[in-house]
Amino acid sequence: MSYINLDHISSKPLLPEVKAAMIEAINADYANPSSQYSHGEQAAEKLEAARVSVAGLINAALPKEVVFTSGGTESVNHAVKGVAMAKAKAGNHIVTSNIEHNAVNRSLRRLQSQGYHITSVSVDATGRVDPEDIARAITDKTILVSIMHSNNETGTIQPIAEIGAVCREKKVIFHCDAVDSVGVVPVDVQALGVDLLSFAANPFYGPTGVGGLYVRRGTLVFPLLDGGVQENSKRAGTENLIGIIGMGVAAEQARLHLAERLAHTAGLKERLLRRLPDYIDEYIINTHPEHSLPDLVSLSVQYIEGESVMLMLDDEGIAVSTRSACATGSLRASHVLISLGLSHADAQGTLVVSFGIDNTAEDVDRFLEGLQRTVKILRDISPLYQKRKG
Amino acid sequence: MMYSKTVMDHFRNPRNVGVIEDANGIGEVGNPLCGDMMTIYLDIQDDVIRDIKFQTFGCGSAIAVSSMLTEIAKGKTVAEAKKITNRDVAEALEGLPKNKLHCSNLGADALHMAIQDYEDRLSGKRRAEPQCTEKHEHKDKGKCYCPYCDAELQEGISFCEACQTDLEEEHH
Repeated sequence: MSYINLDHISSKPLLPEVKAAMIEAINADYANPSSQYSHGEQAAEKLEAARVSVAGLINAALPKEVVFTSGGTESVNHAVKGVAMAKAKAGNHIVTSNIEHNAVNRSLRRLQSQGYHITSVSVDATGRVDPEDIARAITDKTILVSIMHSNNETGTIQPIAEIGAVCREKKVIFHCDAVDSVGVVPVDVQALGVDLLSFAANPFYGPTGVGGLYVRRGTLVFPLLDGGVQENSKRAGTENLIGIIGMGVAAEQARLHLAERLAHTAGLKERLLRRLPDYIDEYIINTHPEHSLPDLVSLSVQYIEGESVMLMLDDEGIAVSTRSACATGSLRASHVLISLGLSHADAQGTLVVSFGIDNTAEDVDRFLEGLQRTVKILRDISPLYQKRKG
Repeated sequence: MMYSKTVMDHFRNPRNVGVIEDANGIGEVGNPLCGDMMTIYLDIQDDVIRDIKFQTFGCGSAIAVSSMLTEIAKGKTVAEAKKITNRDVAEALEGLPKNKLHCSNLGADALHMAIQDYEDRLSGKRRAEPQCTEKHEHKDKGKCYCPYCDAELQEGISFCEACQTDLEEEHH
């Protein structure tokens, strides 16, 4: 039986068009795009074509507002630390939310250890930030607001345009970590009013190890990597041209096929949510019913633990992600799930199911059947389930 | 795979799962922070563990630890069973990932609680309340590792020097 990938939030397969373009690029033996002889100029043309394509995906006004990076983590670090360094004289206060990815959280923790002050705004019970809370948190020392577009654990999408409007009014730089949204849902930097936007290629079926940072023209942000004048002097180092070419093709494909991909995965998600009650009971859906990624469902199955579910589903040939403390390599329950008001025990039973264009309705049904078996086995072992039955 | 073959075998086919209805010793341990919970039921006759069963809420290694513990303890005298350590269980499983030594390796603790309960009942004491350990405790002499970066922790310090993480919540 074929293996079913229901963990697209962790990795997505490369599109055939992306693979072909990358293999062609490898075979072309491009020179350094910074070299001025003809072989180098060919490379530079490829680089700039990819930039145009990526800029088109997020509706950047100018291609040069796109800085290629090594992925979402670098983009986020660049944005957060780059603004902090650039604006150090203007202020030392940064506003964020309590559900950010660790790339943001740990960058901010690092800055905190260097004397910056961080205000973390709490999300409501549905997992969303209230833009008014952001407005209230901003002081005359605030240099940056950083809020994620969609959450990788719950799929919930934040009111970014409203927060963008707040930041404009208050004249504070706004960074949005849109790593799990760009190429998955429409992301338009003009409509959102962001100054900085982090994203990566793999969420839209491009290669890992390559991403981008959108820097609105005029936004002051220091480089994270100092050296040469590549990337408009914003990111030193010879470009990962093969990866960037792959990203460019993936971005073009995402722009052309976003609507149909969205409809396909949303159909699978709807099927899963509709049929789930026929297979298991006593679970919590953590994904916002309206404002969420079309391809992701976060569910907490009560009285059992997620890593055990993941391992048993793996034996059935199904890959899902779990947010249990154990499986994430820490002892603590996920800060995102706890922020929604979940108990530690319920957070332990959290699975993240994420669809891709390669999934079918049959995959959903096989998952549901496997989940039903797994939940029964683990609840039979669970002391919590026995206690709940009384 | 992060788990040994033995761990996966005990996870997939756990031994001695269930409840002993007329158990004469019950031990319950749990770590509410990471969520693992383990209950051990004993049937002790003539100072020997004739039967032992478990229920566990937890990850793959927590289930495997429970299963292995019951195999080790079954047929042992009470005195022998008291000497079983969490480390013995982990070694019988051909090792556990370092970060799992913290939260999942509670089997021997649950067994000792169950034996305590048995002895309390014999001596007419009130039945011991189920114990939930708020924090990881060092009952064995084994080394302790950071759950975030696997670096070895210094005894008595709730801070990981290697990754600069405050471990006050989960370690002491």
